[in-house]
Amino acid sequence: MGKTLFDKIWDSHVITDLGNGFVLLHIDRLLLHDMSGGKALKEAIDKGYPPAQPRLTYGTPDHTMSTKPGRDEFTHPPGLPLIKSMRETTSAYGIKLFDLGQDGQGIVHVMGPEQGLTLPGTTLVCGDSHTSTHGGLGSLAFGIGSSELVHVIATQTMVQRKPKRMRASFEGKLMPGVTAKDMILHLIGELGTAAGTGYSVEYAGSGVRALPAEARLTLCNLTIEMGARTGMVAPDDTTYEYLNGRDYAPKGAMWERAVAHWRTLPTDPDAEFDREHTVDMKNVAPQITWGTSPEHVIAVDRAIPDPSKGPEEKRGAWEAALQYQGLEPGKPIEGTQVDWVFIGSCTNSRLSDLRAAAEIVKGRHKADHVTAWVVPGSVRIKAEAEAEGLDRVFTEAGFEWREPGCSMCLASNGERVPPGKRSVSTSNRNFVGRQGPGARTHLASPAMAAAAAIKGAIADVRKM
Amino acid sequence: MDKFTKVTGVATPLMRQNVDTDLIIRIERLVDNVTREGLGPYCFEQIRFKPDGSEDPDCIFNQTPYRDAPIILSRENFGCGSSREGAVWALKGMGIKAVIAPYFGDIFNNNCFQNGLLPVALPIHEIEQLADEMTASPGNARITVDLENCQVISPTGRTIPFQVDARRQHAMLNGLDDIALTMSRRDEIEAWQASDKSARPWVWL
Ligand code: SF4
Repeated sequence: MGKTLFDKIWDSHVITDLGNGFVLLHIDRLLLHDMSGGKALKEAIDKGYPPAQPRLTYGTPDHTMSTKPGRDEFTHPPGLPLIKSMRETTSAYGIKLFDLGQDGQGIVHVMGPEQGLTLPGTTLVCGDSHTSTHGGLGSLAFGIGSSELVHVIATQTMVQRKPKRMRASFEGKLMPGVTAKDMILHLIGELGTAAGTGYSVEYAGSGVRALPAEARLTLCNLTIEMGARTGMVAPDDTTYEYLNGRDYAPKGAMWERAVAHWRTLPTDPDAEFDREHTVDMKNVAPQITWGTSPEHVIAVDRAIPDPSKGPEEKRGAWEAALQYQGLEPGKPIEGTQVDWVFIGSCTNSRLSDLRAAAEIVKGRHKADHVTAWVVPGSVRIKAEAEAEGLDRVFTEAGFEWREPGCSMCLASNGERVPPGKRSVSTSNRNFVGRQGPGARTHLASPAMAAAAAIKGAIADVRKM
Repeated sequence: MDKFTKVTGVATPLMRQNVDTDLIIRIERLVDNVTREGLGPYCFEQIRFKPDGSEDPDCIFNQTPYRDAPIILSRENFGCGSSREGAVWALKGMGIKAVIAPYFGDIFNNNCFQNGLLPVALPIHEIEQLADEMTASPGNARITVDLENCQVISPTGRTIPFQVDARRQHAMLNGLDDIALTMSRRDEIEAWQASDKSARPWVWL
């Protein structure tokens, strides 16, 4: 029987079988960020385990840094000890740190692919649950906890149990106004946030094959929101075009050798999955979340769901979500007034995302009552966007153009949506309080977020 | 990590269900700058102490002969709730070496094996009988938990077998946490890496 993409990568990284379903898995890339990186390095060193493979380990500050224009490490003081400890520990062991202000700094899941650190067929881990993002380039990537992080630093391996396999196929073409963000939100809406628990997910089908590399990263980013730790897209020419020439990608004859290997990775035609699900792209419209879980999602032209008509076991959660969000069931979601717009995060802060938002914004102005931020995902994206004049498109429309970082995705850096205020955000979590205590978040694509900023309300991008 | 081979001593019957990690150690104690070892005095503080800070004489942990007991007997789902590893550190700080319950919170169970505290799963009727034998002759009753032979010996001398994953048993007997255990396979890791360097040199920056 044939093998899946996941199985091929997994099996080739098994160092030894530990019995009872556990294996010792080699880790090819470890990415560190400010929130846990310095602390984990210090703990490993204190335990007597210096980093096993410093050259396979890379770090960048993103979570706790201010993104205020002209920021430095002092702008948000609580982040200062974290970046300091990260600098000390990485420099002591020769670990490359993409520091504030340097080319390469950015959100860890944006700069990894951008630098060519993320490669097809590699195992990659990071102490952040959205590490699945890197699967967009055909890497087996997953988020890990703090004790696992110390284990990887010390040994360059992990003790793991193999998950089951799920394939989510998208068939057909993107409908107008629809992006990879809408595809994945739609899928989570269909399957729910627990469907992926215990699975690795492969995204496949003609709808996925047609996506550019950056969109595939967006698709894989939200995998954890349906419960799976890892999501992947098989590498193909789109992947190789994206990676060719990137700083840490192989070059010359080595590149040819690598591509030849990567071409053997895609799932064999006769490979089997434990679960299959197919989405007809005709049914995927621009999405917007209404509640406090990514599965609380609808097409933007639909009405806010009525808990009394929903499945019985979800009624309580739906009611609580509507109350927190300050929404009335049965009303159209379009037209709901918005106070904040956040375009950024590891989901949607890449150049193609900023271009899509700028296309909507160009020649228009944001609504007066809206505060709108654009936070590019990395130093390099920021520079590329400025070279194209995107920054001016945004600033002329009244948006703030900021420095790279996680910013309002998780409110651990002083940047928050104020209590009771409503935001349309291109990030990945609409949990209670995620963007700040009492903040009401609606997840959407960059173009949808831009449209909301212009209209001052949740808007259908297809009508812009 | 501390080795665990065998412990003999008094077992405290804390016969309630769902002893969660919050009851074992309050989250505030982990934020305060208390060392791992220093958490012992705060273990079970919500039941050991009255609101005014004085010891509650009704709490079994404050009664002889249980004050320094190295074993806890409890009911279903011991260590459920939040994933805080501090719960295990606090129990160890209080001198606990083994906990016997029908089953444990998943992450707590895992954390125990990273810190040399042995969680022993036994059927509830066995635990109830152990508790009865303990209280029948307070002061004299002792329980033995023997990891090498995977058995518990009751105060009256009955032997009760228990099961433990072979990999974890080996680790506990030798005082190896996951990292130490993996480190013992360094040769295999290095051999894998050497062959990978020739198969996929582009991965090795
Ligand atoms: S942008 Fe948000 S989800 Fe992504 S790494 Fe930062 S905090 Fe995590």
